[in-house]
Amino acid sequence: MMDRQSRGANSAPSQRPLADTSAPDEGDGVDTSPAVSDRVAKTTCYMCACRCGIDVHIKDGKVRYINGNKDHPVNRGVICGKGSSGIMQHYSPARLKKPLLRSGPRGSGEFREIEWEEAFSIATERLSAIRRTNPKKLAFFTGRDQSQSLTGWWASQFGTPNFAAHGGFCSVNMAAGGLYTIGGSFWEFGEPDWDNTRYFMLFGVAEDHDSNPIKIGLGKLKARGAKVVSINPCRTGYNAIADDWIGIRPGTDGLFVFALIHELLKAGRVDLDYLLRYTNAHVLVIQEPGAADDGLFARDSDGNPLAWDRVAKRPVNAADADAKPALTGSYDIDGRRCVPVFQLIADRYLDESYSPDAVAGRCGIPADTIRRIAAELAHVAFEQTIELPVAWTDWAGRRHQTIKGRPVSMHAMRGISAHSNGFHSCRAIHLLQVLLGTVDVPGGFRFKPPYPRSAPPGPKPAGKNVKPMTPLDGMPLGFICGPDDLLVDEAGTPLRIDKAYSWDAPLAAHGLMHTVIRNAWAGDPYPIDTLMMYMSNMAWNSSMNTVETMAMLTDMDEAGVYKIPFIIYSDAYYSETVPFADLVLPDTTYLERHDCISLLDRPISHADGPGDAIRHPVVEPDRDVRPFQSVLIELGTRLGLPGFVDQDGSAKYRDYADYIVNHERMPGIGPLAGWRGRDGDAIGKGEPNPDQLQRYIDNGGFWHQDFAADQRYYKMANRSYLDFAVQMGFVPKAEPIVFQLYSEPMQRFRLAARGHGRGQPPEAERSRIETYMDPLPFWYMPFEEAAVDLKKYPLHALTQRPMHMYHSWGSQNAWLRQITSQNRLFVHHQTGAGLGLVDDDWVWIESINGKVKGQIKLIDGVNESTVWTWNAIGKRRGSWGLKDDAAESNRGFLLNHIIGDQTSADANGRRYSNSDPVTGQAAWFDLMVRIVKCAPEEAGFTEPQFERFQQPPNVEPAPDILRFGAEFRREREAAE
Amino acid sequence: MHPAFSVVFFTTATGAGYGLLALLGVLGPLGFIAPDFWPGLVGMGLALGLIAAGLLSSTGHLGRPERAWRAFSQWRSSWLSREGVSSVITFIPAGLFGLGWVFLGRTGGWVAIAGLLAAIGATVTVCTTGMIYASLKPIAQWHSRYTLPAYLIFATMTGSVLLNALLQSFGVGSMGVLALSLLATLTGWGWKLATWRYNERLEIPTTANTATGLAGGTVRSLEWPHTEENYLLKEMGFRIARKHSAKLRQITQALAFGLPILLLILVFVAPWPLAIGASVLAVIVQFGGMLVERWLFFAEAKHTVTLYYGR
Amino acid sequence: MTCLPAHTDKKLGLVIDLDTCVGCQACVTACKEWNTGGHMAPLTDIDPYGAHVDGVWFNRVHSYEHTTEMGGRTVNFPRSCLHCETPACVTVCPTGASYKRASDGIVLIDESKCIGCKLCSWACPYGAREFDTDVGVMKKCTLCVDRIYNDNLAEEDRVPACVAACPTSARHFGDLDDPASAVSQLVAERGGVDLMPEMGYGPTNKYLPPRAHTQRAASVPAKALEPVRAEGGFLGWVDRMLSN
Repeated sequence: MMDRQSRGANSAPSQRPLADTSAPDEGDGVDTSPAVSDRVAKTTCYMCACRCGIDVHIKDGKVRYINGNKDHPVNRGVICGKGSSGIMQHYSPARLKKPLLRSGPRGSGEFREIEWEEAFSIATERLSAIRRTNPKKLAFFTGRDQSQSLTGWWASQFGTPNFAAHGGFCSVNMAAGGLYTIGGSFWEFGEPDWDNTRYFMLFGVAEDHDSNPIKIGLGKLKARGAKVVSINPCRTGYNAIADDWIGIRPGTDGLFVFALIHELLKAGRVDLDYLLRYTNAHVLVIQEPGAADDGLFARDSDGNPLAWDRVAKRPVNAADADAKPALTGSYDIDGRRCVPVFQLIADRYLDESYSPDAVAGRCGIPADTIRRIAAELAHVAFEQTIELPVAWTDWAGRRHQTIKGRPVSMHAMRGISAHSNGFHSCRAIHLLQVLLGTVDVPGGFRFKPPYPRSAPPGPKPAGKNVKPMTPLDGMPLGFICGPDDLLVDEAGTPLRIDKAYSWDAPLAAHGLMHTVIRNAWAGDPYPIDTLMMYMSNMAWNSSMNTVETMAMLTDMDEAGVYKIPFIIYSDAYYSETVPFADLVLPDTTYLERHDCISLLDRPISHADGPGDAIRHPVVEPDRDVRPFQSVLIELGTRLGLPGFVDQDGSAKYRDYADYIVNHERMPGIGPLAGWRGRDGDAIGKGEPNPDQLQRYIDNGGFWHQDFAADQRYYKMANRSYLDFAVQMGFVPKAEPIVFQLYSEPMQRFRLAARGHGRGQPPEAERSRIETYMDPLPFWYMPFEEAAVDLKKYPLHALTQRPMHMYHSWGSQNAWLRQITSQNRLFVHHQTGAGLGLVDDDWVWIESINGKVKGQIKLIDGVNESTVWTWNAIGKRRGSWGLKDDAAESNRGFLLNHIIGDQTSADANGRRYSNSDPVTGQAAWFDLMVRIVKCAPEEAGFTEPQFERFQQPPNVEPAPDILRFGAEFRREREAAE
Repeated sequence: MHPAFSVVFFTTATGAGYGLLALLGVLGPLGFIAPDFWPGLVGMGLALGLIAAGLLSSTGHLGRPERAWRAFSQWRSSWLSREGVSSVITFIPAGLFGLGWVFLGRTGGWVAIAGLLAAIGATVTVCTTGMIYASLKPIAQWHSRYTLPAYLIFATMTGSVLLNALLQSFGVGSMGVLALSLLATLTGWGWKLATWRYNERLEIPTTANTATGLAGGTVRSLEWPHTEENYLLKEMGFRIARKHSAKLRQITQALAFGLPILLLILVFVAPWPLAIGASVLAVIVQFGGMLVERWLFFAEAKHTVTLYYGR
Repeated sequence: MTCLPAHTDKKLGLVIDLDTCVGCQACVTACKEWNTGGHMAPLTDIDPYGAHVDGVWFNRVHSYEHTTEMGGRTVNFPRSCLHCETPACVTVCPTGASYKRASDGIVLIDESKCIGCKLCSWACPYGAREFDTDVGVMKKCTLCVDRIYNDNLAEEDRVPACVAACPTSARHFGDLDDPASAVSQLVAERGGVDLMPEMGYGPTNKYLPPRAHTQRAASVPAKALEPVRAEGGFLGWVDRMLSN
């Protein structure tokens, strides 16, 4: 068990202060006890998405130093390379200073400064006209938003379904893959049991989410000597320290996992007891080809799924805790053939096409390695079982004297999600975990509250009935269970601008922000009036097909009107997207604002208990900028959106801080769960507490509740936990959460494709739906690889974010950019030798979508058929406060230029978004390229190049020399 | 190592200056050179002028030249400090010697003692300069038994060639000095060739393996800690292409040794004023050659920190 | 005084675990951030937003590919001052600016005495010294001498900034002179090594080598999987298991 008493992750005896920290009498005049700061403010970091606790040391109103908060559940005192560089982000020369109104052509960067009042009135007038006529004409997409419970609710109150954040090009395959299977997911919503696991597998894990917790965890595994296996084409970062690095070919993880499953099944190394208790493995599936309910669960008259009782030899309620269900066989129920889910699983994965020998070549992994890994998994799961001496009670009231665990854990991220087969690959990994009995058990993969939820969780997305001046009847994003929940009209046309929840992307739980610009430009499915975006660099590294994206943003119709008529953008910095806005609302830095890291959104929970956190202003802005969330609330008030005004039309919330404290989504449930109730003694549910923010500040900026020992595992079926979850509002009822190895909602789509039911896909979409909405996970070749001539484009091309950078932000940071200001293309030595390339050569990297030029570095630690580079280092000249000669815009390159945003045309000539067909996740890891040495005169600079952006008014040029910190020393020495 | 001009010029100029000073300080008192006014004034002026110019140039390498006086304090541990102390102390006997010779017209008695002391001071100073480089373990090409003798030989060589020109110019040319300069230049050439040969065969025990503690196999740099050049790379990561280096070695041989030898041989046989011309030309050519030699001395020296950068 | 102390009361230093370092740069920027306002402030950055950006850093992380007959591994490698027992960077200093503390063995620079001759950086084989061209003096890692004894910090924070920050616990701090200290024991247990031992400078900091491809590697004594035997194959096995 984790020692929750110890403060700080780095508290081993070899990391503590000296036994006696009094300064020795050296006599060298060194001031060993300089004053550090006047005060320390504890808030939440925003240098990436991890949301660690930080102590900000302020000296004379300036930020002197930022370190990790030792009490904080996320980072426990450690801080990453980005977090320590927050000072340089806070004082970045790229900070916007005042609201801007476009004064030149869109995309030029010519603006004039305006007052906030003018900015508000322009926005209010425009949005209010949209709301009065057709609210769908507002598309509101919020990028790297950490306040989605506010922004989504705002969109809902406005009445537009066209809302999402950046999850569609980030993580939705993992979110949907997990939530439709186990009711929880990888990414930062679950974590390995770092203290107990003995065998840890990372699949395509990048260092960009949950990074400090993963790093702390890896440190624990290393200290204990647990085995770390990484499955990743690249051998950098976490993969560098793996005991076993499996340099897999991109996009074949699912296949590799099926081969492991094949081996485990063949050897009888699966946890049947676990399957029976916690999954739908025993549920009977109707096998009647042609019937409207073929492939759905056999149910009793109350709608409960059935299982076959081996002893009683009759169908029983599958949820009956006392039944003895069969896992195999074929049974006759009312004259219909039914088989348990597990039989279907065995039938599929025992097939020789999933044997190690069959997949080895395609995965680029020797069959013996696959067999060895399977054997190791089985050994640790079944021979090294652990038992915690803690008694607990399951949902059915059965008392267990110990908590049993199989110490195999897995984690998966970007390498799985960013492929067009990512949803199924993610489900494959969950299937493997569940077959081994390792989900939410000691030593396994653990849920972080508020997960697990039912698979899939409710509610469904709103947006079917959009009316002027009317809020939606729910939130724009949610989870659908069948074709009837889709947001499409009678003809099957998408209702959302991003085509989420349409036949193109049925389970698009995070929306498809990456399709918005193209769709809005093309008026497909309909034209919009205003695109409002927050903090997402859509004109550069956040889009696929950057060159065309920029053209679409500036394209006009015959009348000289922009095809996307109006763009409102909010950001704190002068990114590549700001120049494409008509109205710019300058945001504050993370040290100047209120925020809440809410359980309604993306909380900071730990597997050992829920938590949430705030940001609060620790320094005053020195510019005329305002936090976007407060601006949004003000806009909501001016528009008179129902949730934002009282009966008399007056503002319901003064600003975001006021909203955080006083907003109630449901009675008693607000953005923050800690210190609720008038006196602050309630958690989860309770009246708003006017002192709530102060209580958070007093507690170091966060709230965290530790579970009792018996609530920490088997949360999907743990009565004590489930009761707590109901009390907190995580789940509506204390019912067990059944892992859906076989996904009935997906089968409903297949049935629709076969002509059953009310909502059916258009003819042209039927075979696609039939193929990809398979209720059991399967593997298919990523779309681009399947479409291109592999002789011409033989190499997979990937990007990784350096651990010291977050998206494009890092390059404006004087410290971080020194570490990486030029990215190179990493090429395997063999591949390089075959092409006659040597280190530092300049090459064209060419795909079917275009070509980009960069410099190479030959390495060994990469899959031979893969090349990769650091993401978002290449910058457009004139952005991010960088000088024109900066390496970023002269030698660095952006791979996004050659990633298509659409698939190649299919047999019907139809081009889809370059996305996973199930969830709509952007498939930017599908890219296939070739590399060609460039001509001597082409060497030395990157291409394509774009016109330099004009600088916003009153921007101070970046300094030639930075002496940050000299002032603290001067003051110290003056004081002596 | 980065061949900073201030340092290249410093060691070359002071080498010649101290060489000349030492020869004057020894040959004067021994009566090889008559204590005439002009040769004394010009000779001592040249010697002290070269030394002063070199020392002044060396302060150009300093980040805080106004604190240069502090460099005299650590003579107990630091060759650089010893060099500073020694160079300054040498000015005292050198000055007295110069005064005695030039203004009193004598090189005997206390002037002789001052001359000999100046010669000792000059030799010691050249040794300390050589030891600055020879003591640096991270630079294998410098940390060798060739470095200290090289500084002494080159000081003698450039000093004697200079002295020869001086004496020739005043018509008091000495066969002995001429022979010495020729011999010193031949020795210098041989020493340089031997040094290069040694350096080429150098088996440096420090490798990327020992630098990183990663035993066995190969250790290749994947990524630097920073993508642009930093101080370490600018100061110690200087690289010179083999082709370029070979060409500069030829130039060194021609200018510092080959041509001066031909010119000095010419002096043996050539009549006045051709002998003067050849002698002076030998000085100029050799000084130029020695600047190239010293530039290469830095450029070809590889510091262990470059192992961390895969260079 | 650039003569070395005959004896130091302690040998304070770092132990860096190459088996655990993921190369995240946390120690690098934590060091920069603390020290740019600390004892040697500032750690100047030249051309911070331009092409030739060049700043002073006390700690830098390289990465290497180490390939042996046993296999290949990517190794992230933090490099900073090793606070040697017999540091030539100190003895070559002509002014007494560089010195080694007799109390704790930390190698420091007294900036007010530094003339910026750069010789110490030539003498250091490890590249631990960084020249601040703006101020004209040499700067280097202080082992956070202004943290480890700092009365103005909470006691638990009195460790070097890099150690406090490191997310994977790859950095350790303590007295390497004391064989009973936790760091000394860690070094003994994990076979910690000196960098460039042949230089003879006696670096205090130690590096723990990666375990992969060595006898220390984590391993699972798994036997190869055998297909379930007897009737009915796997499905028969499932039935039998459930009947038990």
